[in-house]
Amino acid sequence: MYKYDQYDQAIVDARVEEFRDQVRRRLAGEITEDQFKPLRLMNGLYLQLHAYMLRVAIPYGTLDSRQMRMLAHIARKYDRDYGHFTTRQNIQYNWIKLEECPDLLAKLATVEMHAIQTSGNCIRNISSDQYAGAAADEIADPRPWAELLRQWSTFHPEFSYLPRKFKIAVIAADEARAAMRLHDIGIQLIERDGTLGAAFYVGGGMGRTPMIAPLIKDFVPAEDLLSYSEACLRVYNRHGRRDNIYKARIKILVHELGAEEYARQVEEEFAHVKALNIDPPAAELERIQAFFAPPPFDAADVELDRSDPDFAVWLDQNVKPHKQAGYAIVNISLKPLGGIPGDASSAQIDVMANLAERYSFDELRVTHAQNIVLPHVAKRDLYAVWQALAEAGLAEANLDLISDIIACPGLDYCSLANARSIPVAQKIARRFADPARQRDLGELKLKISGCINACGHHHAGHIGILGVDRKGTENYQLLLGGSGAEDASLGKITGPGFSEDGVVDAIERVTDKYVALRADGERFLDTYRRVGFEPFKEAIYG
Amino acid sequence: MGDVIGSPLPNPSPEGEGLEQPAVTLDAFLDQSNATAVRLEPDEDARALIPHLGRLELIEIAFPAYRDGRGYSSARILREAGYKGELRAQGDVLVDQLAFMKRCGFDSFAPEAPLNDEVVAASLARYDRVYQPAADGAAPVWKLRHG
Repeated sequence: MYKYDQYDQAIVDARVEEFRDQVRRRLAGEITEDQFKPLRLMNGLYLQLHAYMLRVAIPYGTLDSRQMRMLAHIARKYDRDYGHFTTRQNIQYNWIKLEECPDLLAKLATVEMHAIQTSGNCIRNISSDQYAGAAADEIADPRPWAELLRQWSTFHPEFSYLPRKFKIAVIAADEARAAMRLHDIGIQLIERDGTLGAAFYVGGGMGRTPMIAPLIKDFVPAEDLLSYSEACLRVYNRHGRRDNIYKARIKILVHELGAEEYARQVEEEFAHVKALNIDPPAAELERIQAFFAPPPFDAADVELDRSDPDFAVWLDQNVKPHKQAGYAIVNISLKPLGGIPGDASSAQIDVMANLAERYSFDELRVTHAQNIVLPHVAKRDLYAVWQALAEAGLAEANLDLISDIIACPGLDYCSLANARSIPVAQKIARRFADPARQRDLGELKLKISGCINACGHHHAGHIGILGVDRKGTENYQLLLGGSGAEDASLGKITGPGFSEDGVVDAIERVTDKYVALRADGERFLDTYRRVGFEPFKEAIYG
Repeated sequence: MGDVIGSPLPNPSPEGEGLEQPAVTLDAFLDQSNATAVRLEPDEDARALIPHLGRLELIEIAFPAYRDGRGYSSARILREAGYKGELRAQGDVLVDQLAFMKRCGFDSFAPEAPLNDEVVAASLARYDRVYQPAADGAAPVWKLRHG
């Protein structure tokens, strides 16, 4: 885990004081809401339907028990006793009072946390693989690189008023667990001739014009990571469209120029930027890497006792292999039956913090699928961890199953939404409540957005749902065949939309068809890709 | 145009004391050889000025709306090319942008709406550490960490 030094702390502390002053000016009437808006937005504070919503950054989704407990404390003291983990690996609080916000941020700063650049047209929180440092298939831990990018992008003077928001992901494995190619820049660490470098994918994104990022540079040497990123951003800042908010993301620029021409312009800018010596020395990456050294793994490998059937089901579904023998990766589902995807109570957040401290070398991760990970649990402790989770209502064994739904807050909270997402997620989960049926359906990533902005990643769902407003009533479009993983693809709209109950029925017709058509070992997505769209369309609309 | 601020930076009066030449448009500048002040709109290429930096005393970069951040890149490009004259941000320039603008190389500001001097001073003094090199010569923290 990265630890702040005096410089990091001074910058975050200065931000707290700056925001305190901005809030004071606003409350004193010295500035209008219009003038205050860009300031609060740069600090993750949105005015939503009912109250202010504060988005707290969790850099690359990694945090320790002290930080997790602070998130619980904030939920208790400043919100209604819960928090909402998001697809951006962050946490959001939905009921924040403006006048309490400066104190809240000051408390976050005491545990090296902040809300800097969690909104606004700037470089947002860097996302990464939730299994970083634990996965057997990674060639390096991507988080030191993500931390380098975090520092470089924090208060970047040139890139704080970009055409639109900007999201960067860093991964280091071929299995893409962080929807890397659906980011504005997706960076995959790779090795070439024994040297570590990065492949740059630029111009992915969701929203109303979803795009899968094309590869624009197959190998950027480690020492050029920041100058190459700076070149990518400068071309975008200068030439990205500003005439239409819906065409302002970098994906539109890359699409309109063509990946090759964009890459050429970046190359030209890079030749110039590289000469400015803006890259930190190798010693800085090494300094950061030291914080992410593997923990002292010392547990012997054990044969697991699977005699408790509920435990065995959870093991098979939510526990993943670790690179270190004797250890495992535990996924904690925040998708209990009938719950709100991504929500956790302060008591549950505390439970997860305690388990991390005791059993996972004090580390937790937030996933883009709105779940929590304990990355380093000794196999001999798995049963105890499972029991503690079950007691807290956190042992739902549904990772990557149909009820492990990604959903945006939707019209229940969000001022941009056209339709509610949460009730639809709850109805689907109830329809498929039988755990055996879910397991029989296998991996099925279902993602729901309550508007075209696609915070719920509906384009990347094996089954996606998009809520729209149709003549004043909520209507739900169904999409099939998307994926945010290494086999990235965009879902295709099936046809006319449905009512809330209608879309649940339609999904059941799709899964029934899948069961009828599937070959041995095929996931829904595999069957869909093999047989194509038509059989499913026919099943839905008859 | 409002007051130009930014002490201890150059502080010419926009009304002119007979000293400052009015800034001409980029097209006009490129057409005439004797102008020493030019105004750059957000969509104009700062690099077009690079061959002429030696004779320029003032480059005014327009910010018609604070959201339009192209001027930050223009400023850095000009400083990176060695421009030493006055670099002015004009238009929808807000107090909370001044520090970023300064880091990108601006050394004078002509905000359309007047700014409170105290708030300006506090805002410019707030961050004494920065994470990345820019056009202001401030040492990034990695340099402080590693010497």
